[in-house]
Amino acid sequence: MNEPTIFERSVSGRTGVYFQESGLDSTMTQILGEENLRHDLPLPEVSQVDVIRHYTRLSAMNYGVDSGFYPLGSCTMKYNPKIHEEIAAMPGFSRLHPNQQAESCQGILRMLFEMQCFVQEITGMDAVTLQPAAGAHGELTALMVFKRHFERVGERHRRIVIVPDSSHGTNPATAARCGYEVIQITSGTDGRVDIARLREQLSDETAAVMLTNPNTLGLFETQIAEIADLVHKAGALLYCDGANMNAIMGIHRPGDAGFDAMHLNLHKTFSTPHGGGGPGSGPIAVKDFLASYLPVPVVAQNEDGYYLNYDLPDSIGAVHSFYGNIGMIVRAFAYIISLGANGLREVSENAVLNANYLLSKVSDSYEVPYGTKCMHEFVASAVRQKPRGVKALDIAKRLIDFGFHPPTIYFPLIVPEALMVEPTETESIESLNAFADALNAIAKEAEVSPEMVTSAPHHTPVGRLNEAAAARNMELTWTVGD
Amino acid sequence: MIPEDLRYTSTHEWLRVDDDLATIGITDHAQEELGDIVYLELPEVGSTVTAGHVFGSVESVKTVSDLTAPVSGEVLEVNEELTDSPDLVNEESYGGGWMIIVKMEIPSEVEELLTPEQYEKFVEEQ
Repeated sequence: MNEPTIFERSVSGRTGVYFQESGLDSTMTQILGEENLRHDLPLPEVSQVDVIRHYTRLSAMNYGVDSGFYPLGSCTMKYNPKIHEEIAAMPGFSRLHPNQQAESCQGILRMLFEMQCFVQEITGMDAVTLQPAAGAHGELTALMVFKRHFERVGERHRRIVIVPDSSHGTNPATAARCGYEVIQITSGTDGRVDIARLREQLSDETAAVMLTNPNTLGLFETQIAEIADLVHKAGALLYCDGANMNAIMGIHRPGDAGFDAMHLNLHKTFSTPHGGGGPGSGPIAVKDFLASYLPVPVVAQNEDGYYLNYDLPDSIGAVHSFYGNIGMIVRAFAYIISLGANGLREVSENAVLNANYLLSKVSDSYEVPYGTKCMHEFVASAVRQKPRGVKALDIAKRLIDFGFHPPTIYFPLIVPEALMVEPTETESIESLNAFADALNAIAKEAEVSPEMVTSAPHHTPVGRLNEAAAARNMELTWTVGD
Repeated sequence: MIPEDLRYTSTHEWLRVDDDLATIGITDHAQEELGDIVYLELPEVGSTVTAGHVFGSVESVKTVSDLTAPVSGEVLEVNEELTDSPDLVNEESYGGGWMIIVKMEIPSEVEELLTPEQYEKFVEEQ
């Protein structure tokens, strides 16, 4: 990398700020004692402009939704409106202490209470906790709630969780973490749940079935009502991984379709910062019969106002310090308020429209194993390019040269050489066209000059890295004298 | 290049026979498909593995895959170098990237495995 560290930029005697004789030295000596003062620390000696340029250059090497298109499938990397930052920074939200008495912070409690109501309405569920820190944490919380439910109704023998082979890895992982045995069922040839296989696996030992709808292939599970019926007849519960909620807001409510619990990813669907930009937030919503097991506290309302209710004797306990990642909930609340119910529906309509438009633009150049219609994302495959030595990984790297963040690759696992693209509703037709042009140009390169693709990226500060070695042999420190 | 002196499985493991000892690893084709390997979960010395059953897993930047034992027997040796350098499986899949050495219980199981010609054909057809 061609950017030296700030220490390597140091020139003896150079300084960024001139201090007048302040007497600070003798004060520090008095406070700390002469023996604790060091004058030999090799701090960088740089001018202001050296510092500004160094860090500005470093920041320009970063890539985020504020720099360009970010079609990371299943991640919903939509634009984060800046007004949310202003709202979250308002003193009434930002200068609170989590140990404050309820009567002194009615504003935030009201906001949290109303957010619980919004989540109930959007998901079609009856009760909500805002505590979980992200989607997988929400899944784990929900499965702990399921487990507590089965303990209370005397069905501890239910020890199996069923997931389709297209599921997010977090589904089997959280089930296993929660002490369940995981059974994976092969998807049907149309990419959806194979009802016959599901029926075969359901038994009185099944605790839950975890589904994502629309699923990770970008397909709506059209038989969801029948699936819910089968699962419930077996005495099991149906969990909805809400990662793909961006496709169905205001159009379809998982609670109405028979799901018993689900999570939302506020950092995906509800536009809070994501992927290094901020912590996540993964509220879960459940049906009535599960409400008493939710983590404490939940925000409640009585004649005196809003309060934190710790009185849930069957609760699984807290799953997060205090009340969750409140700052993120404020941003998501602002998003919901500013769009309104119709706006949220339009978000989903445009997310689906954008994905279908993009799919139609690239389906001549790439295999699209699950058809030319999709929900908010689609999965293409580089199998046609592979005989030329060009794999999904190479196409992803080459896209960086065109100025785009690569899509998700090699997921879902059931599609060979998968490229999973989710444009979101926040992209203009121009950026969708530019991305499609880049993908099509790369498909052409794979035909005529495959080495151009397999050796990419060419225009980045560093070229192709060995990803395993880059993660394993990191150089995170710079030592004086190096 | 598929070495002539090894036997293979349809799950892309190779096996080198030396009397009743079998050295086991994954093929060059397998490591190529997996991409950069970051972690290996291998059995302990003294444990037993069973032909056709999972004996460990390999994690790459793409995915996690099961390792299937080509033969049955007791694990005599595990390649400790892979703990710190799993990339050896990428770089020397048929050499330094070997995974375990098994004392075979049923040496005739080797006869069930693919020959180099059969494996080559199998990979081409995939």
